[in-house]
Amino acid sequence: MNGFMHLPILPVVLPLIAGIVLLALRNAPLRLQRGVSLAAALALIPLAVSLLQSVSDGSHLVYALGNWEAPYGIVLVADRLTAWMLLTTSLLAAFALLYAVGAPSGGTSSHSTKPASGQVAGYPQPSPQMGEGANARPTPTYDRDGRHFHVLFQLQLFGLNGAFLTGDLFNLFVFFEILLLASYGLLLHGGGRLRVKAGLHYVVINLVGSTLFLFAVGTLYGVAGTLNMADLAVKLAATPADNVALVRSAGLLLFGVFALKAALLPLYLWLPAAYAHTSAPVAALFAIMTKVGVYSILRVYSLMFGNDAGAVAGLLDAWLAPLALATLALGMLGAVASTALKQQAAYLMVASIGSLLLAFGLGSTEAIAAGLYYLPHTTFATAALFLLADSIGRARGTLADRFESGPAMPGARVLGGLFFVIAMAIAGMPPLSGFIGKFMLLKAALASPLLPWVWSVVLVTGLVGLIALARSGSLLFYRTHSSHDPAAQTPTNAALAPVVGLLLLVAGLVIWAGPLSDYASATAAQLLQPQLYIGAVLGTTP
Amino acid sequence: MEMLIALVIGVLTAGGVFLALRGQTFPVVLGLTLLSYAVNLFLFVMGRLAIGVPPVISDAASAYTDPLPQALVLTAIVISFGMTAFVIVLAIKSRAELGNDHVDGLQREEDRNA
Repeated sequence: MNGFMHLPILPVVLPLIAGIVLLALRNAPLRLQRGVSLAAALALIPLAVSLLQSVSDGSHLVYALGNWEAPYGIVLVADRLTAWMLLTTSLLAAFALLYAVGAPSGGTSSHSTKPASGQVAGYPQPSPQMGEGANARPTPTYDRDGRHFHVLFQLQLFGLNGAFLTGDLFNLFVFFEILLLASYGLLLHGGGRLRVKAGLHYVVINLVGSTLFLFAVGTLYGVAGTLNMADLAVKLAATPADNVALVRSAGLLLFGVFALKAALLPLYLWLPAAYAHTSAPVAALFAIMTKVGVYSILRVYSLMFGNDAGAVAGLLDAWLAPLALATLALGMLGAVASTALKQQAAYLMVASIGSLLLAFGLGSTEAIAAGLYYLPHTTFATAALFLLADSIGRARGTLADRFESGPAMPGARVLGGLFFVIAMAIAGMPPLSGFIGKFMLLKAALASPLLPWVWSVVLVTGLVGLIALARSGSLLFYRTHSSHDPAAQTPTNAALAPVVGLLLLVAGLVIWAGPLSDYASATAAQLLQPQLYIGAVLGTTP
Repeated sequence: MEMLIALVIGVLTAGGVFLALRGQTFPVVLGLTLLSYAVNLFLFVMGRLAIGVPPVISDAASAYTDPLPQALVLTAIVISFGMTAFVIVLAIKSRAELGNDHVDGLQREEDRNA
């Protein structure tokens, strides 16, 4: 068996098998479960790297499942964009998982206190046992707080990788459902009142989104008679005049669904509550979840509604950039108005979605390249902020991560230093990669008619974000008083290491900015030539 | 027959949307179920309506119906069934945790800061 030939399907199958094995091992020692889960998550990195290498010459790897040929069978397609997303996902997942198995799980630590009602991340109850009792029993970690953490984590990766790889619109729906179902479990993992409340909203709104997705897919199938994305692109370009309105409405419905997953402006309201109340490693992993929506928008609208699509071309031109600008502005305002660090991180994530979709909405090669370079940066930086917010919350004891002046925290130098670096990265200050991404975006906007809007909104929101982060940093680290909180915990190395790791990745984005931005440009150029993708999938050379 | 099916889908969707916008979790779950029925029917008829013709190739058949939507509906039914089961369990759990079946929970003093 030639392993290379099966390379595109391995990132999908590996987490699935690991998830099933972990389900069978549910009563095995935790050490073994962790080993399997970590090994599977780490193995995704070399897989993604080798996939990246084999598509970096601009080729498309097409994997026909069961060897059924393209328009009739289901295909997985790997191109530059897919490999880029897979690598981002696998790196993020590895650090999120390291945090989940290593870091103490905050206020929920003491198992002897009554679980459930008081156990909400970020709002720990003071517990008399905390401190001296912690050494007697094994350190509570996030994967201990409830059952099946590792199973859900692997299935989440299965859904994510599948969504990035699939070349079939209905399969995209199926992988969306898989990653959503796993995310429901992860979001609620550990339980707690606020978490259940936020989780209910998240689940219901996503179920409605799935229904709309099916309506859109059904309409497209009814018109074009195919669900293969490449074949759809061919068929939609030749839509007869009677059906143009139908196809356009289905396309916009699909955009609504992806915008919901990506948390674009009118549909972002679910995100801050859900992300602020879930546990830190899950929130860090979810940093890639919104990017699935962004990826789908980029893939579907560059391929099926791109410049070659005849009557249905340019479907989103009027929508995407203005909505993205509004999302960016509102997300940053939310970050200023936040009352707790995790909430602020969630709003910063909304703002980052605005920047990304703004880049993709501008639509030129340079703009898409800027967005693609910015994507891993913002994913890693936001995830690092979520993880650090958790450590900060624990070091502040009962005050948690709320923006109130409190006692000085133990380990404040390290926490403050890391916070400073993350804040610089997120606000887009030089020399970190956020600056390079924003600079590329501003430069790409020069050719756009939206130039004044883009420059003013991006620059002003950058300043607003800087003010918001500076305010929270000075409040958390400088405006302290000398009282002592017995519930405060010194951050452990295991909790800080993943944050440092994510920051090293951000630094790596700067060090190798040249080759990486070249790769992003090549990806953008490839995306704007959908006939290459169509030719590779349907076996017709363009 | 097309008109009838279209009306059924429309009524199911309207009912589903109305129920999904209610304030208690139970009507919301019912609304989501109705919506999933509507979308399953919708997917099914996207292969066009045909009576008494086979989906698989046979020598006796003169015409065929499209088998793909049937497979799609099957997948969609399984997924929506699993999702409904999950959301019911979640609704029960939130009833237990929040002490009432309102989708936002009743306001409590400590939630105001959240």
